[in-house]
Amino acid sequence: MTPAARAELNRRNFLKGAGALIVGFRMLGGDAARAQFGQAPLPGAPPMDQVDSWIAIAADGSITAFSGKEELGQGISTAQQQLVAEELSVPFERVKLIYCDTALTPDQAYTSGSQSHPANFNHGNLAQAGATAREALFKMASQQLNVPVERLSAANGVISVKGDASKKVTYGQLVGGKKLNVALDKNAKRKPASEWTVLGKPIGRPDMAAMATGQFEYVHNVRLPGMLHGRVVRPPAVGATLMSVDENSVKDMPGVVKVVTRKNFVGVVAEKPWQAMQAAEKLKVSWTAGSGLPKQVGFHESLRKQPSRDVKLVDSKDTEQTLATAATVLKSTYYHPYQMHGSVGSSCAVADVQGEKATIYSPTQGVWYQKTTGAMILGLKPEKVHVIFRRGAGCYGLNGADTVTYDAAILSQAVGKPVRVQLSRKDEMAWENYGNAWTIDEHAGLDAKGNIIAWEHEAWTPGLGNRPGPETPGNVVTGMLIGYQPQAFRPGAAQEPKTYNNNSNGVPSYVAGHVGDKSEGTGTVKSEKVLVHNLVSPFWTGPLRSPARLQNTFAHESFMDELAARVKADPVEYRLRHLHDERVIGVLNAAAKAAKWEARPSPKAGNPKSGVVTGRGVACVAYEGDNGYTGIVVEVEVNQDTGKVAVKRMWVGIDAGPISNPDGLRNQAEGGALQGMSRALGEEVTWDDQKVTSVDWRSYHSLPLGFEVPKIECVLVNRPDEEATGAGETSITVMAAAIGNAIFDATGVRLRQIPLTPERVKEALQGEII
Amino acid sequence: MSAINLKVNGRSHTLDLDPSTPLLYALSDDLGLHGPKFGCGLGQCGACTAIVNGTAVRSCVTPVSTVVGKDIVTLEGLGTPEKPHLIQKAFIDEQAAQCGFCLNGVILTAKAFLDKNPKASESQIQQALSGVLCRCFTHVRMQQAIQRYAKEVAK
Repeated sequence: MTPAARAELNRRNFLKGAGALIVGFRMLGGDAARAQFGQAPLPGAPPMDQVDSWIAIAADGSITAFSGKEELGQGISTAQQQLVAEELSVPFERVKLIYCDTALTPDQAYTSGSQSHPANFNHGNLAQAGATAREALFKMASQQLNVPVERLSAANGVISVKGDASKKVTYGQLVGGKKLNVALDKNAKRKPASEWTVLGKPIGRPDMAAMATGQFEYVHNVRLPGMLHGRVVRPPAVGATLMSVDENSVKDMPGVVKVVTRKNFVGVVAEKPWQAMQAAEKLKVSWTAGSGLPKQVGFHESLRKQPSRDVKLVDSKDTEQTLATAATVLKSTYYHPYQMHGSVGSSCAVADVQGEKATIYSPTQGVWYQKTTGAMILGLKPEKVHVIFRRGAGCYGLNGADTVTYDAAILSQAVGKPVRVQLSRKDEMAWENYGNAWTIDEHAGLDAKGNIIAWEHEAWTPGLGNRPGPETPGNVVTGMLIGYQPQAFRPGAAQEPKTYNNNSNGVPSYVAGHVGDKSEGTGTVKSEKVLVHNLVSPFWTGPLRSPARLQNTFAHESFMDELAARVKADPVEYRLRHLHDERVIGVLNAAAKAAKWEARPSPKAGNPKSGVVTGRGVACVAYEGDNGYTGIVVEVEVNQDTGKVAVKRMWVGIDAGPISNPDGLRNQAEGGALQGMSRALGEEVTWDDQKVTSVDWRSYHSLPLGFEVPKIECVLVNRPDEEATGAGETSITVMAAAIGNAIFDATGVRLRQIPLTPERVKEALQGEII
Repeated sequence: MSAINLKVNGRSHTLDLDPSTPLLYALSDDLGLHGPKFGCGLGQCGACTAIVNGTAVRSCVTPVSTVVGKDIVTLEGLGTPEKPHLIQKAFIDEQAAQCGFCLNGVILTAKAFLDKNPKASESQIQQALSGVLCRCFTHVRMQQAIQRYAKEVAK
């Protein structure tokens, strides 16, 4: 199924009834979340089937496009502007893009899950609105000029008669600020990639100069007349509840306006930010003890014993027998920690709640869901809540954006004035919705020739909360503190899969993916079983760039390397042997070719057992099964005396369908690879028996700007005739496995737990089991 | 509260502030500047960086009382979108950002260091940036932009 078709199926499934889809929700993260929350627009949103909801042409010929997919730093606004300029044959600068404002733009659910490129660049939404508008303009020009459409051409916002440029009419003259009143036409012809002059070009981002000169307005810079500053006081431990607040403890502090409590929510409003921060520090608050946390040591193994809601993705019902006949059987367990979004700026929002009306400036990925859940927590009618997206620091998924928006709304309502809230670093890090922890068993059988004949994958992953969606503010911490519950957890046995859905990448690339009467996987192995156990997490969790896909791919691609090494096969050749999907094969070959990959098995022969050694590793993925493709080769240096791993070079092959902006794609591939490297080498949420202890940049280990950045070569595989897919979550997905595989190549030692810290590498090299 | 005189981007401002107030809030709130940003409030990430008398400082942990009368420069003080400073131009030309939130700290830290150490090696520049975070990991382009500026400075 194509990405666009799957998006449509999700939408239709949603319309049939969301209930059934909640089943796979916690495990599948982003995409099932889209299905659950639906792409069915919420009431009050501009109709998605009308061109006027997407495009407006002013009398001066300038064009305003309206999109429900927002700029988070990933460059999608530039590409959308290119798309509209291309379809309407106007210069890039002629198009203004407005996105994610509940008073103006279509409701396209969340900007998440690598869905912006497939949603708006294929056969619907913004792309089709552009194509329909172009055809409507041609029809109008044909009537006005009395010339058949076939004899017209458009350039620079002017439609003229081919061969007689004096006969012409401008868009402004044709439409002149009026509505087009045309429905989106599925048959309106998109411009073929071969004719593109704006789309597909490496146009620089229009916001770059403002960002580099300190002119850009982030949500952090929004200032409203009479605006006050709020600060929240979170519980000191997970599960702690409020006993009392001594308002007198801050009443004499300068600038303090109000102490606000609501169930377990505590906040302070003051005239200035520093006053609010000091007051929040000084405020005497009594809390109950926390509910206690499981020990971090041994946490991953303890997951196997928890009550679970099970989901099966594929099951050929013969893996047990096939494994019994196998010449060789391998089994490995992989561990991935909780990790955080850790946005460089802590989350911030500004709310102005006046009586029955609210205006909210938020960095949320889902303005429409902030509208409905914001209305819930404020006790207002949704139509009275106006949510306007303003960019925050890069979010990489569900950071503190939604929770801080609730904080600002609650505090503003309490004082009846606009309130800006920015979280402290600790409040951001201790209470965000982390990327889930995972424990994954991989189990495979090989025949006498070394080919894989059966593959079982079984995973355990704890979750709690998620994106709020249309009606679950309790999915993030502020909602919970004011009394809302997170989405319910119901243990239950797995049902047999009815359709193939690999958007969690639970199914390895190398199996057939057979469900019903079709094999939709990317590989050849017919005996297959994938079972996932969803559990309850002690911490909040939610989508973090490449949720589930990254962790599953770490296990699959590490294990594939183990299998190849067992039969002394070259890791690239061994992958190719078990793949049939051209696009996975394409990116794998692209990366290997760029790296001048030399065919040989791992580990590398002749490396000494001490000192610094080098090795190379490979990994690849079809992101979400079919929504973006990456193959990667990395070269590492391992200091066997200190355990330190340095990635020296990377070669990234990436395929996102037709390339909308090559420089934007490259930027995403590079950033994703390095973020994946930071997550693989150092990032891990830590906790004690009461609370999270990784609450700043000393205790949560992100690679800073000063590390030795590897040389990165990106090979962009352009597929102008395929559908546009996601791009921004592909390279990050393969990094951990590629690095682990390179460490194995260099040292002969296999690491199966992320992060690959120097201590862990050194212990593994010394032969200790960790 | 007391009257505090701050010289920011060449202009003098008298502000009524608690002297312990970190410089960041005077810049971003009292003066409404967009360059310096709250990232961590702990001096760990660099988002709040300002250049004070030629040295990059973490304004989130620098009380205003300690910078009275000194030359304070923020990202806005270097150049404008129409006339960017050379280092800003290098970042624009290299498209060296994603969300851009960290750019303030990256650009000002690199500039202050290179202005004092125009002949710095690549690894010395890296060392100078070892306390600055970019969570979008736009490192490749940022380092290229900084190298481009370093070549200009070394001329």
